[in-house]
Amino acid sequence: MIHKILIADDEPNIVISLEYLMKRAGYEVIVARDGQEALDAIRRERPQLVLLDVMMPKKSGFEVCQELRADEALKGTLVLMLTAKGRDTDIDKGLGVGADAYMTKPFATKDLVAKVAAMLGAGA
Amino acid sequence: MLSPALVIGTSVAYLLLLFAVASHGDRRALQGRSIIGNAWIYGLSIAVYCSAWTYFGSVGRAASAGVWFLPIYLGPMLAMILAWIVLRKMIRIAREHRITSIADFISSRYGKSPLLAGLVTLISVVGIVPYIALQLKGVSVAYALMTTPLGQTPAHVVHWWGDSALYLALALAGFTIVFGARHLDGAERHEGMVAAIAFESLVKLLAFLAVGVFVVWGLYDGLGDLFARAQAVPELQRLLTLGQGKSFAYEQWFALTLLSMLSLFLLPRQFQMMVVENVDEQHLKRAAWVFPLYLLLINLFVLPIALAGLLYFGPGQANAEGFVLSLPLAQGRQALALLVFIGGLSAATGMVIVEAVAVSTMVCNGLVMPLLLRTRFGPVLGTGHGGDLTRFLLNIRRTAIVLILLLGYVYFRLAGEAYALVSIGLISFAAVAQFAPALLGGMYWKGGTRAGALAGLLSGFALWIYTLMLPSLAKSGWLADGFLTGGLFGIELLRPEQLFGLRGLDGLTHSLFWSLLANIGAYVGVSLWQAPSARETSQALLFVDVFERTAADRPVFWRGRAKVADLLPLLGRFIGMARATAQFEDYARQQGAARIDQIKPDAQLVHFVETQLAGAIGSASARVMVASVAEEESLNLDDVMLILDEASQLRAYAHALEDKSQSLERATAELRHANEQLKSLDRMKDDFMSSVTHELRTPLTSIRALTESMRDDADMPAETRQQFLGIVVAETERLSRLVNQVLDLAKIESGHAEWHNIDVDLCALLRQAVQTTSEMYRERGAQVDLQLPADPVPALRADADRLTQVVLNLLTNAAKFVPAGSGRVLLGLQHDATGLTLTVQDNGPGIPSEQRAMIFDRFHQGSHHPDRPQGTGLGLPISRQIVEHFGGRIWLEPDAAQGACFKLWLPWQAGGRDQDVTGTGDKP
Repeated sequence: MIHKILIADDEPNIVISLEYLMKRAGYEVIVARDGQEALDAIRRERPQLVLLDVMMPKKSGFEVCQELRADEALKGTLVLMLTAKGRDTDIDKGLGVGADAYMTKPFATKDLVAKVAAMLGAGA
Repeated sequence: MLSPALVIGTSVAYLLLLFAVASHGDRRALQGRSIIGNAWIYGLSIAVYCSAWTYFGSVGRAASAGVWFLPIYLGPMLAMILAWIVLRKMIRIAREHRITSIADFISSRYGKSPLLAGLVTLISVVGIVPYIALQLKGVSVAYALMTTPLGQTPAHVVHWWGDSALYLALALAGFTIVFGARHLDGAERHEGMVAAIAFESLVKLLAFLAVGVFVVWGLYDGLGDLFARAQAVPELQRLLTLGQGKSFAYEQWFALTLLSMLSLFLLPRQFQMMVVENVDEQHLKRAAWVFPLYLLLINLFVLPIALAGLLYFGPGQANAEGFVLSLPLAQGRQALALLVFIGGLSAATGMVIVEAVAVSTMVCNGLVMPLLLRTRFGPVLGTGHGGDLTRFLLNIRRTAIVLILLLGYVYFRLAGEAYALVSIGLISFAAVAQFAPALLGGMYWKGGTRAGALAGLLSGFALWIYTLMLPSLAKSGWLADGFLTGGLFGIELLRPEQLFGLRGLDGLTHSLFWSLLANIGAYVGVSLWQAPSARETSQALLFVDVFERTAADRPVFWRGRAKVADLLPLLGRFIGMARATAQFEDYARQQGAARIDQIKPDAQLVHFVETQLAGAIGSASARVMVASVAEEESLNLDDVMLILDEASQLRAYAHALEDKSQSLERATAELRHANEQLKSLDRMKDDFMSSVTHELRTPLTSIRALTESMRDDADMPAETRQQFLGIVVAETERLSRLVNQVLDLAKIESGHAEWHNIDVDLCALLRQAVQTTSEMYRERGAQVDLQLPADPVPALRADADRLTQVVLNLLTNAAKFVPAGSGRVLLGLQHDATGLTLTVQDNGPGIPSEQRAMIFDRFHQGSHHPDRPQGTGLGLPISRQIVEHFGGRIWLEPDAAQGACFKLWLPWQAGGRDQDVTGTGDKP
């Protein structure tokens, strides 16, 4: 089966690059531009994995993640947090709200693709 | 007339009522609910000043000399103005040292000298005896008037056993003993007595006002009528002028006023009431106006009654001192007469009781105790074989009271007939006035010495005897009066009433002049001539500087060894063992000792015991008694100074410590504040770094991801590659912009920016800015509407490039947010006397109200529009820094009709905070 991935980020250029990478790796991709849109998309499309930016309008990545984990139906969604904030406290916070993995921007594309594949392989 | 039985019966009933008031006061004091803890009672009790002299004598004086009855009351009124300064100091000193009489006060000040205490006591007794005689005379005259049929002169009493005054004296002695010498009080306080005296003050005032009202409105038709009638009689008309037809005797008026002023502080009964019986210094504040008001009220009807009596009976036909009684009696108003008699009795008994209590305390502590201590009984008293001496002390006082009153009676029998009441009183005033230099000088001048005080008192007293007392005795016929006219030993210069040829003064003024001159001269002269002893010096320090130290840091001028086992029984012998034990227990608690035998027997304890003893037997005797049980080292002047220094250093040290701890607290607060500021700056820096990092990483992320993708994917379609390359270029541009702006902002904020100020033509600048952005606006299909004022705009001194930067930033921002194709931006300029206002208004979506406050914050990017234009989030913060540098403001109009409306205002005197910096901005 083809895994469905949601890319949630408010930076258009980052969305473009991530979309390209994920499609090339063979995933089905949907896109959201802010936190609210991301939640709606997850409920509607039920992606297996979300590439979640932290600093987003309307709802931050942390809030989105928290809501996901609180929702029984969406609990199984894998979350890979991506953030330009590299401080230890931010990482801790991200894992604290229930993200499955965490990567700081900028990242090596190879690492990202490998990480996504590993997460989906383990979860499948 | 009234029957003697009625008069005596009423008097006895009144005295019993008085006794009831007093015992009520005492009972309340025992219960701890004092009724004299009240400023009104205190104020009224001071009115013991108004004795039979006031009550009967003033009218007599007014009948013969008009307004000359007044100075005796003006003096005390003036004196009360000084009450808060002088009296409060006396009260404070007396309390600190447990001083119970004026003799003790003076003796204590000059090194606790027994000699001075004795001398002051002696002067008091000699001076006060005539005064007590005056009271007896007043009451006996009044009694005679009441019980003699109208029109008859009272029969002269030949035998003393038939004299009512003797029985009055004895009755008052008994009464005084009951009031004032029933038990020993450590502070010589007699709450019951004070309450009774305050009550008496009310009674005498009401009775006097009653007779005044009766005379003026009952007998005559008001004051106007009375004075009009008096004016019609030539002899009375004279009374209504100041000078009595002669030139006004200013010096006499002054002398009388001064004399009565001093008397208010120096009469033993006034000292007793105002100083010893005072329970709260604050009461002085009310007394300072209550007492003068009392004097005013009681003098209101003096002149009218005198005039009425003279009109009614005819000048010289009746004893004017009895007008207050004879007028109602002549009108058959017997009840009123009886009330007035009771008022007079009040005035006389009040004075006698308090005076006798005060003087008996002095006699006991100032004369008898020191004499006893000098005899072979002295050592016995101290060492414990004497048993409880409280009863002994009380008996001394009781005897003294009886003796003083009998002396008063004797004086009354011998000299009373010859003199008017007022003249007798003035003799007493002049005697106690001799205390003034030693007492007042001692309170304010540290240089006064024991020898000086002795010399002053002795010379003043001697001159008082020679120039006032002896002449009064001679005039009464008890002394050959040859020396009056011929002078002592026939030397004319020594004539007592024209001493050294001083003529033209009345006897009193003359005597007061010479005695006070000699007194002050000797006091000051001898004080300056002879150095004081150590004890005199230490007491002088404690008296004069009484307000400068609290009980805690007062130096104790004593050195030696003492034992609690000696001190406690010593105190017990004089105030009773039970009370002494209680005092020691209190002291132990204050010192933090658990039991009496754990008290440290140091100087502090010795001082405590001595002070307590002083309350019972006087400072001088207390000193002797303490010395008899303790091993003392004698102090010299250097020791006194050393102890004082130590105390001052201790005090200074305590003050310094307090100051230190205060400044430490201040410093701590400042440090805490600075630390908070640093922390907040640190947080801001941290946030800034985090924001910058985020802003840098975001473009880096796209650049890296896209370039890696291009590297790894050789088969990428050309157009995708082209698109990616475009993005990479745009993102690197964004990075450079960001770096530039961060550096720019840092430069401006740190003050290192360069400002090239020139005269800027704002209109040209705005046109240029519109021109620069025209391409961008054209691309977005938007328009800029430039509205410049019609009249020429004066040049503004500023940095043109910086202003352009601000305008471009605002125009670029507006362009990003206006709707594509229909964008409209208004760029306007207005100016007035204060400066220029620039407006940039767009027709975009506007800024949500929750973001308006943060719009000028760094890295806050407005409105996350789906296709949000790329910005660094530093444009507006930089613009704000620039505008503020020129002394202006930039803000968002809160109620713009549509879109966002930015305004900025620049003052004409822009220039900037660091003027025209044209060279390097890197100033040190």
